[in-house]
Amino acid sequence: MSRLDGALREVHRMDELAAGDSFLHRVHPLWKLLLTLWYLVLTASFPRYALSGLLGMSLYWISGFSIADLSLREALARTRWILGALFLVGIANPLLDRVPVLTLAGVPVSGGMISLATLFVKGLFAALASYLLIATTTLEEICWAMRLLRIPKLPVTVTMLTYRYLVLLMQEARRMSLACGLRCPGEKGVPFSIWGAFAGQMLLRTMERGERVYESMTLRGFHGEFPPPSRGTVRGGFVWFVLWLCALAFVRAAPIFELAGRRLFG
Amino acid sequence: MHMADALISPAVAGTMYACSALTAAYSMKQARRDDNPRLAPTMGVMGAFVFAAQMINFTIPGTGSSGHLCGGMLLSGMLGPHAGFLTMIAILLIQCLIFADGGLLALGCNVWNMAAYGCFVGGLLIWRGVMRNGVSRKKILAASVLGSVVSLQLGAFSVTLETALSGVTELPFPVFLAAMLPIHLVIGLVEGLITAAVLTFVYEARPELLWTGETARLETESKRGLLSRKGALGALLAAAIVTAGGLSLLASAFPDGLEWSIQRLTGSTELEASGGAAALAERIQNATAVLPDYAFPGSGSALGTTVSGLAGGAIVIALCLAVGYLPRLFRHKNRSVTGLKP
Repeated sequence: MSRLDGALREVHRMDELAAGDSFLHRVHPLWKLLLTLWYLVLTASFPRYALSGLLGMSLYWISGFSIADLSLREALARTRWILGALFLVGIANPLLDRVPVLTLAGVPVSGGMISLATLFVKGLFAALASYLLIATTTLEEICWAMRLLRIPKLPVTVTMLTYRYLVLLMQEARRMSLACGLRCPGEKGVPFSIWGAFAGQMLLRTMERGERVYESMTLRGFHGEFPPPSRGTVRGGFVWFVLWLCALAFVRAAPIFELAGRRLFG
Repeated sequence: MHMADALISPAVAGTMYACSALTAAYSMKQARRDDNPRLAPTMGVMGAFVFAAQMINFTIPGTGSSGHLCGGMLLSGMLGPHAGFLTMIAILLIQCLIFADGGLLALGCNVWNMAAYGCFVGGLLIWRGVMRNGVSRKKILAASVLGSVVSLQLGAFSVTLETALSGVTELPFPVFLAAMLPIHLVIGLVEGLITAAVLTFVYEARPELLWTGETARLETESKRGLLSRKGALGALLAAAIVTAGGLSLLASAFPDGLEWSIQRLTGSTELEASGGAAALAERIQNATAVLPDYAFPGSGSALGTTVSGLAGGAIVIALCLAVGYLPRLFRHKNRSVTGLKP
């Protein structure tokens, strides 16, 4: 099953990236989580025609990708579905909003074109900022940061456990899907006649396995609370957080690209 | 149906985060009542199962395409709506962070659109209601399909509304809605059938694993609810007054979905009546309408809109109370006639 294989690859790849050792990897996960949320709120708050101001927000993820040594190409590949969905939602903008708002090299550009471009850029920047967070922070660290934000234990523990069981179950699902595919050649997926038996068997196996794993965890001293991640945090992390907090607020308030353009070209 | 961050404004995102957080807090309170130490691992393993199962393609006969099961309904059928809702939050958080499926800012919206309707409308109202007097294969099929269709339709409606309120698209709300609802009707049907197939298998193999609401009902009988009946009625009344009196002022002056469709066909938002019966109905309506077109006759003032909103809300509440209490009134009378103690 290609989707299962792809998902497994994705999980392993993100784990691999998050295990890196750059400055950004060692910043406290709470600062990274809060800064990402701040970035997303500011990016989403740009008006529909504020494309030039929005471009200034790229400074954050460009510097982040550079410090953490991440591949932009790999990150862009993950955003293709998001951009596809945004295109479907925003496709009507150039058709319904045809009033020209500026002229580029003699070609009038309508408000709808600008708002569609803004939508794309917003989606792209938001996806890249989230990627920067998860590529430099493990899910355990994010869950720890959530606990520090006083998010109750139950949903955080469930998130952690779901993630831990995920690889196990996807491998199980892949084995079952492969067995099914070999017995039903030419079928695109699981045939209609065995929908219930297939997924139901998987569910029952899952629950039995879950019980075994839980009993093993209890024997090893698990009482519903995960210990904090072992990776040490860097001292300058808080300063980095405060500086970016202010810098992003400044970029949101002042369209730096537009100001620089005016300064250079009058 | 996962929404990206670019589709929503901070105001909409904040509101939906607040709604989802309140629902999660309520769900946690309900889930903790079980005091089951195995709850968290069971939820975790079920979350991972739904995650893995959603990546398996189930062939839809005769179409050449495939579908996957409906997570909210399945989790409600196995864990109950409250634990199911919390598990769906974990699934959506991992999907958003690891697989870039839905945005972190839009997480509140996605939790509401995909988990709240599936677990509370599909699970708590439909599944529990259908299973009230026992479980059967037909009931599982009916509840799964109905629950999946209704929750997906509500989810699709919410996505459209949240996008429209965020002001990111020029697409008119009715057009967007008309594009979203039919496709999600088909998806809901397919997901409902797959969910029914899985739950039927579980019912045949391990019926004790299914959640039917029995425990929840016993608990609600023995413990007091979050709000008393008077409290709940008071809260509903306050919400109705705010909605009718305040928010009616903000109602759009543009035609609604049906009016928009009529305008497209005829050039006007209203159809001309023809025939004797229609003329008679119009005369009766003109004579009885106190606030025609939601305003005082001959004026389009804001006060008229507010008063009409409040009056309409009061009439609806009175009708609901009448419908709710009349059968009880007759039941008491019958009992007293037959000499049975209430």
